[in-house]
Amino acid sequence: VDLRLLSAEPTDAEREAIDSVVGAPSANGGGRVARGGHALRAQRHLLLPALRAAQRRVGWVSEGALGYASRRLDVPPADAYGVASFYHLIALEERPADVLHVCDDIACRLAGATVPEGANPSPCLGLCERAPAALRTIAGEAPREIQLPEVGPPLPQAGEPGLRLLRRIAAGADPTSLDDYRAHGGYAALRRALELGPAGVLREVSESKLLGRGGAAFPTGVKWEAVARQPARPHYLVCNADESEPGTFKDRVLMEGDPFALVEAMTIAAYATGCEHGYLYVRAEYPKAHERLEHALAAARTRGYLGADVMGSGFAFDAELRIGAGAYVCGEETALFESIEGNRGEPRNKPPFPVEVGLFGKPTVVNNVETLANVLDVVGSGGEAFRDAETRLFCLSGHVERPGLYEVPVGTRLSGLLELAGAAPPKAVLLGGAAGTFLGPDDLDVELDFEATRAIGATLGSGVVMVFGQSADLADAVLRIAAFFREESCGQCVPCRVGTVRVQETLQRLAAGAPRGSVEDELALLDELAQVMRDASICGLGQTAANAVTSAITRLGVLAS
Amino acid sequence: VFGAGGGTSSYEEVRDADLVVLWGSNARETHPIFFHHVLKAVNRGARLIVVDPRRSSSAQWADLWVGLDVGTDIALANAVGRELIHAGLVNTAFVERATTGFDAYREQVEPYTLERAGEITGVPAEAIRELAHAYGRADRAQLCWTLGITEHHNAVDNVFALINLALLTGHVGRYGSGLNPLRGQNNVQGGGDMGALPNRLPGFQPLSDAAVRSRFEASWGRPVPPEEGLHLTGMFEAMEHGELTALYVIGENPAQSEADQTRAVRLLEGLDHLVVQDIVPTRTAELADVVLPAAASWCEAEGTVTSSERRVQRVRKALDPPGDARDDIEIVYELGRRLGHELGSPRGEDVWDELRSLSPMHAGMSYPHLEELGGIQWPCNEEFPDGSQFLHGRLWDEVVADRAPFTPVEDDPPVDVLDDDFPIRLTTGRRLESFNTGVQSGAFSSPLHRHGEAIQIFPDDGARLGVNEGDRVRIVSRRGAVEAPVRYDETLRPGLAFMSFHFPELVETNVLTIDATDPQSGTAEFKAAAIRIEKVSA
Repeated sequence: VDLRLLSAEPTDAEREAIDSVVGAPSANGGGRVARGGHALRAQRHLLLPALRAAQRRVGWVSEGALGYASRRLDVPPADAYGVASFYHLIALEERPADVLHVCDDIACRLAGATVPEGANPSPCLGLCERAPAALRTIAGEAPREIQLPEVGPPLPQAGEPGLRLLRRIAAGADPTSLDDYRAHGGYAALRRALELGPAGVLREVSESKLLGRGGAAFPTGVKWEAVARQPARPHYLVCNADESEPGTFKDRVLMEGDPFALVEAMTIAAYATGCEHGYLYVRAEYPKAHERLEHALAAARTRGYLGADVMGSGFAFDAELRIGAGAYVCGEETALFESIEGNRGEPRNKPPFPVEVGLFGKPTVVNNVETLANVLDVVGSGGEAFRDAETRLFCLSGHVERPGLYEVPVGTRLSGLLELAGAAPPKAVLLGGAAGTFLGPDDLDVELDFEATRAIGATLGSGVVMVFGQSADLADAVLRIAAFFREESCGQCVPCRVGTVRVQETLQRLAAGAPRGSVEDELALLDELAQVMRDASICGLGQTAANAVTSAITRLGVLAS
Repeated sequence: VFGAGGGTSSYEEVRDADLVVLWGSNARETHPIFFHHVLKAVNRGARLIVVDPRRSSSAQWADLWVGLDVGTDIALANAVGRELIHAGLVNTAFVERATTGFDAYREQVEPYTLERAGEITGVPAEAIRELAHAYGRADRAQLCWTLGITEHHNAVDNVFALINLALLTGHVGRYGSGLNPLRGQNNVQGGGDMGALPNRLPGFQPLSDAAVRSRFEASWGRPVPPEEGLHLTGMFEAMEHGELTALYVIGENPAQSEADQTRAVRLLEGLDHLVVQDIVPTRTAELADVVLPAAASWCEAEGTVTSSERRVQRVRKALDPPGDARDDIEIVYELGRRLGHELGSPRGEDVWDELRSLSPMHAGMSYPHLEELGGIQWPCNEEFPDGSQFLHGRLWDEVVADRAPFTPVEDDPPVDVLDDDFPIRLTTGRRLESFNTGVQSGAFSSPLHRHGEAIQIFPDDGARLGVNEGDRVRIVSRRGAVEAPVRYDETLRPGLAFMSFHFPELVETNVLTIDATDPQSGTAEFKAAAIRIEKVSA
């Protein structure tokens, strides 16, 4: 590539860290033959891992490290800089090795979060049940990331029978033991899947009518069948574990507490859809999940549950962990592909959809963690039986006595869930996260399923149930949500890039009691902005960025007087 | 190539190729527009192989870079040919139907085993094999070259060595496969097409052909002398022998662009009369008796240019030339008038129509037709009314009337041999932002100019010679010596040095180069000089 190389050289430590990802360099210069081209440029997907490795080693990505990674991967430095600067957690200016990222997002604000001097404020860290929360990153020879507080409250339903998705966690199964996983029923579903054959698995998944649990509620069976019948090869499997919706932590609990289940479910999905390789993309803020999954993948590989001959069936599948670098938009599936491929995480235009043109331009199954976790029961007990026993996970946070992850039957009333968690009659509930909807006290009877929530103009989204008690400052939450979307917009399309800024500015004027024109004028402007963003943004981020804000205004009158 | 003075393919075919081989070409810097088409092919999935002593910036894009020793191209090509034959990658149907002389070629390349070629070229056998197999197996392959092939004392043999490979594999004369010498500037192709060659009349028609001559004589009303003229190097020889005493130079700067520059300047100074016609005051113009200021042909004149893909395109006048500068045609016609010859109307279109009446390959290209199609690739005539995307399609006819001959050629190393006194191979070339002697590019400010001229060497050589980056050194060849700062360059290797000649006011690189010349093309061996590097005490 036309490299205009940076003159800065990497330190030995940075060089070693980057080499650990991209491999040792061959003799540099002076030779007779060099091989590069397509084969080298196909390694671009290692760019983000290489930058991450350099940062974990020395605490930031220096010009020398950036230039070296560029050179090794044949990426123009300007391009690599564009990637590095896209992600919040990549530091391009020198900073101490030990950094504290303190969450000041909505759930943690309800718990009185303050950002101490010297710490970085952070959007939601997915630790809402133990708010206020923080993430400490320590670079060095033995880098560490620590989620704070290190231990959260116990699973509220621990020891309860009748759970499906949380069964093993509630029963206290050891998440680091493959044998304990098997003792709790692990790998029975994969055995069943191999008996059913790919077509049989597809049939069960379609019959189960399982809907995606990442927020978009797309029928999983339809997606899998579409990929399975694509003639283009290879097919890729991607598990979307970039759980970044403020207030959401369900996938983290599953990954930390039941990592083998996810590995097994991915294997089944790959088997049904004809994938040989899978990627598990986890947000950078979940170090414990990384550790557990890395371990689970290795253990499964050792025991032949992954690899060239899965369970002796002749089916070949392996998966690898990819770690994000702090970007909410990468939860959007095509942005996630871009991120894995080593690019800025900017969503693609659709169509073509991922089932046709996905990761590396190939047909791709992309599923959320909770969706995949459900597949074990779909295959284990059959699609029809699954439908009757279907449950959902909800992330309870805010003003409740027992915050945490709850599994309840689909159709449970919101009020019942609040009672389970011990909530006093609230001022408002945020359902579905920052891209979701504020509900008032009159809406609490709603049944928690797709149809009923849609009927009242709300969404289950990623299962966020954030409770705002009578003392809560809703205007503060609304302003924080607006700031969040402004910050997280990737900037690629105008409606979102400009819209999120205008929404925030309008809300700030209202909050300051200084509307431009009348309050009604400002509310009309917000409506119009929301409409444009919904209609014209490329991806779900922009399309939903104004949802929570407008719902707070229209349903609860926040900032509207 | 096969009697036609141009590349066989179109840019579109380059974009659609499966393999592009750049042999002795750093197109990334020297033909950036063409390389842009190569990149489109690469981004589509095509493989790129670069054969160049330096791991040039083009090679940075390549799937495979083959770093042969300077001037060993024939050995490499012959080994590739032998490997194609032994690996069963010869297109036998094409060879039998469309070529002649295969048996002689096969016999002649037989000694060029991969191992022997490896010894001559320095390239590992495995890489030669990979190159051969990639070329032999590609469905569509483009073989492109530039001055790395032609600036040698055996330039024409080098070209034949490459043509032989295309004949072996049938990579010529059909869509997507071709042989392409890349042309400099926007109109080097056009210059040759218009007969600015000592042995050709306009339309690339051979001067030796009496029928051709008589057509021109009929139109011009005067005899056309059948003797070949001199090419540039021959002119300097004639000056040396006192046979040539007056020179009319149009748009050239031989005082700085000729090899062995000291000699070139001496000979120009010794002329009785020197006329220089140019758009800027060049070093050659400083030596001239008369300077004729010319209009810039891309914006101050009407006419045509012809690109590397043989595409004739209209150029339109946008500005009046400044001061006394006049259109080139006007100057020549006025000169003719004062010498007693009325040459007719100096309008661009009239001159063009005269050419169309004399050059069969341009016959169909009226100005309106050029306008209509946005440029036309020659030949364009009754047989090809809208021009021709690629040449030599006839080689794929059922019965090939005019077969293409194999031309066996032998390895013949550079004239300027390396020895203990001159142990380093110096090769010269261009850089992206500069053009030749800097007449057109030197006056512009560019961040890439900031280094000026330097001698680029491999860092290990610098360490061995005890010179650091930035140190001034004395560079000595058998012809002269210059001083220049050192720059380290990892794309070289020990014993290989590189210089450009863009800043003759700073470093007169061509003082070093050798004027050993290919007898057929007249091109000097700019690419291979033997030098030593001496430390200069500050």
